[in-house]
Amino acid sequence: MGIILDVIGGLLLIGGASFLVVCGLGLIRMPDLFTRIQAGTKATTLGTLLTLVGATCLRPEWGIELLLIGLFTFFTNPLSSHVLARAAHRSGVRKLSTMKVDRLAEDTGGES
Amino acid sequence: MGNFLIYVAAALVGLAFIFAFTRFIKGPSAADRVVAFDVLTIISITGIVLGALAGERSIYLDVALVYALLSFLGVIVVARYIEGGF
Amino acid sequence: MSTLMLAMSLLFACAMIGAALVAIRGKSLPIAILAAGLVSLLASILFLILAAPDVAMTEAAIGSGLTVFLFFFVLGRVRGGEHD
Repeated sequence: MGIILDVIGGLLLIGGASFLVVCGLGLIRMPDLFTRIQAGTKATTLGTLLTLVGATCLRPEWGIELLLIGLFTFFTNPLSSHVLARAAHRSGVRKLSTMKVDRLAEDTGGES
Repeated sequence: MGNFLIYVAAALVGLAFIFAFTRFIKGPSAADRVVAFDVLTIISITGIVLGALAGERSIYLDVALVYALLSFLGVIVVARYIEGGF
Repeated sequence: MSTLMLAMSLLFACAMIGAALVAIRGKSLPIAILAAGLVSLLASILFLILAAPDVAMTEAAIGSGLTVFLFFFVLGRVRGGEHD
């Protein structure tokens, strides 16, 4: 039982770390600020949560602290990405020419 | 077995750190660097958890908790600055 | 100090030098402030690797949180006078 839990936890750790690698790759390869925000926060949220679940499998007695870290990450990470994207949109960051839909500009009448 | 898997995960986290740091070095605007800063903080949280697992010290997790709060605060402040607030 | 800790500290030390160079040679002031915050963040990870968790916590809260907040607050207040 213990060995199975160890292997499952290690595989979850590797899965989370590979999501972080994908996030870094997207951060380099993406052409625009908004796509970089998209790559940089969604993938890291999933990667961090997977890593924390894997750590909980390896050390079940640290569960409460790991749960707290996971809760903070889960709630603050999408919020900060949203705030940053809205601020960048308002301050007039250069958009890609391939951007087809801009709902925020439509909602505010195209002024911000 | 578990220790070996922890080392592989730590190598992957180091690779992700190098990628995000490249974006921090050459990001054209300040907002790109803020995104890279946020990602670096979160990668550091994962690295600290891996270090706590490898070194078997649960006191490291408190530092990871502080980091999880700090990344939020920093991004909010910089977003307010970019938006022209304060 | 295990091999993992040694490799992590080498990586973070090299990244610290790079961030310090960005802070010195950066074009604009917000970029320099962000790079200084990153230097402080990596320094706190190095403190953690050197087995001083309380120092690392203080360094992260003061150097990477409060200093960046204070600098951006003041920079937002003196906007327009930053060319002097």
